[in-house]
Amino acid sequence: MTAIAPGTTPTSSPRSSAARARLLRSLLPALSLALVLIAIAWLNPRAISYFGFSLMLNLAIPIALATIAQMFVISGNELDLSIGTFVGFVGCVTATWLKDAPLLGVIVLIGAIGVYALLGALIHLRNLPSIVVTLGMSFVWQGLAILVLPKPGGKAPDWLLALMSFKPPFIPFPIIAALVIAAVVHFGLMRTSYGVILRGSGGNPAALRRAGWSLLRTKIVLFALTGLFGVLSGMALIGITTSADANIGNGYTLLAIAGVILGGGEFVGGRVSPIGAVLGALTLALAASPLLTFMHIPPDWQVAANGAILIIVLAARVLISRRER
Amino acid sequence: MKKLLVLSALAAMLASGTALADTSGKKIAFSNNYAGNSWRQAMLDSYGIVTKKAVDDKIVGAADIFTTADKEVPTQAAQVQNLILQGYDAIVINAASPDALNGAIKQACDAGIVVVSFDGIVTEPCAYRVVVDFKDMGKQEVEQMAKFQPKGGNLLEIRGLAGTSIDDAIHAGILEGVAAHPEFKIVGSVTGDWDQTTAQKAVATILPSLPDVVGIVDQGGDGYGAAQAFAAAGKPRPTIIMGNRQDELKWWKEQKEKDGYKTWSASIAPGVSTLAFWVAQQVLDGRKDIPHDLLVPYLAFTQDDFEAALPKIKEGGVATHEYTQEEAIAAIKANIK
Repeated sequence: MTAIAPGTTPTSSPRSSAARARLLRSLLPALSLALVLIAIAWLNPRAISYFGFSLMLNLAIPIALATIAQMFVISGNELDLSIGTFVGFVGCVTATWLKDAPLLGVIVLIGAIGVYALLGALIHLRNLPSIVVTLGMSFVWQGLAILVLPKPGGKAPDWLLALMSFKPPFIPFPIIAALVIAAVVHFGLMRTSYGVILRGSGGNPAALRRAGWSLLRTKIVLFALTGLFGVLSGMALIGITTSADANIGNGYTLLAIAGVILGGGEFVGGRVSPIGAVLGALTLALAASPLLTFMHIPPDWQVAANGAILIIVLAARVLISRRER
Repeated sequence: MKKLLVLSALAAMLASGTALADTSGKKIAFSNNYAGNSWRQAMLDSYGIVTKKAVDDKIVGAADIFTTADKEVPTQAAQVQNLILQGYDAIVINAASPDALNGAIKQACDAGIVVVSFDGIVTEPCAYRVVVDFKDMGKQEVEQMAKFQPKGGNLLEIRGLAGTSIDDAIHAGILEGVAAHPEFKIVGSVTGDWDQTTAQKAVATILPSLPDVVGIVDQGGDGYGAAQAFAAAGKPRPTIIMGNRQDELKWWKEQKEKDGYKTWSASIAPGVSTLAFWVAQQVLDGRKDIPHDLLVPYLAFTQDDFEAALPKIKEGGVATHEYTQEEAIAAIKANIK
């Protein structure tokens, strides 16, 4: 009897509860975003308006892009600890060369994506831990950023400023941007056949290799995509801030990792969700700043409260995934 | 005719100098990007003391402090945007970057909010800037060094946080000073991040490779660490310019009592935050004659007066000066030409 059991009724109930947990897990990013929005609406009703959303969410766009960048490496079971300083470097290039010598700027940015692709190859061929390689690279990007822009300044190209301050009717620009980013990446990574291969390189690399796919190539593509979205993130950031600073992106490394995890991703196994990652980034951006500001916490406690909010938001995610097991 | 013009301008200025509007219902927010060192703590303390009294005296309605969790520009830009949404009438800001916050600052100005920046200033023209002449401070360091070391010699420079405007300005001043005093030569440069521990490590690392050094020019918060590094290496103690920190002045006093050690100390007073607060209050009061760039002197101590100041500084703190409303009005007046 026991030998037959796995195929019959006894498993159907755990399976359906697993399906429920999966559903819950895919809804969780949206739920936590809704919770944070409700809290903000309660604390400061005037923030829930076209003007309010434009202000609160526009700095979430670069965070969402950086989170997507981080998601690509995570889906290949790697981590990128250099994404923050890379965004800063891109920002410095955007505010200087891309404005004054667009051709040079474009070449440098494409070259930077190339460096990312090479890193992917290096990590795969030499079997190096990506944490070590990217940690080293984070200092390289930081150093280059200071070389490009020794003191804060520079100016974003006019077309970029115009794009980022675009005011569409009815729906604030950041919301449209978030929808577009989520839709494009979701289609590319979750709905195309090569997207499946890319995620498979994190899920079951051995099977993928036996099926004749090049793991070197998937790693290069994943890292290049990370570089590409890092570049987009840096450009979006400078379009909003109008001017650059060598240290501008440093906080993005941890935000991006937290965004992926909050959005339902796992560190290993190629399990990621682009829509979840974008929602996670928006939640983090809202929870860390507007919510905190509106709560009127005494200054001595603000820094700690910021951390506490992040832990609470992430803890809900951990509770759900434990139920799933 | 010309005299008449001048007189009428003066009259207009006097008229606008008096209180035109009531600020007792106005809310002023303080956006601060970092609280993790002694200087910033002293800055927050001074600001808290002065603004609490101002609220109690019903001069302003509210004066809240907001500190970001990290030193990052995007976090502070988001914070400024949230303060706009909160409906504050003025924002006093110590900014993470002089340029990169301009987008958010412009949004605040467009929403009719008065923005006053200090220490870490912003370059957006609509904001007010309370600035200390850091470049002159750097230059003055070398001028003072020339008094203590008339024969000249090798100097070690300790830089501040890389990529910041303050580090850049002090460094430029030091270079200018050295150009005017060719008897000095900078033989080494380390990054101390305005922090005693970082400075001590950095100096200890470069010391073995340096020729004999007669003096150290630095940016404040790093002098005591440098002294410790020299002592640990058993090298002769150079003339170290100090930066008004309690531990620095205390070390100076000990050395002076031992063998008459001479040096000079200068830094921006953390209490300049309170001046920025009063500037915001005055602008909200309806004053239109306040220049957008206000220059305030840095706080310096010499061989004769530093010991008197030392007992007033909190253990681990920085020498400061809190502005009263009258002093602030006088400081503004000094900037109106």
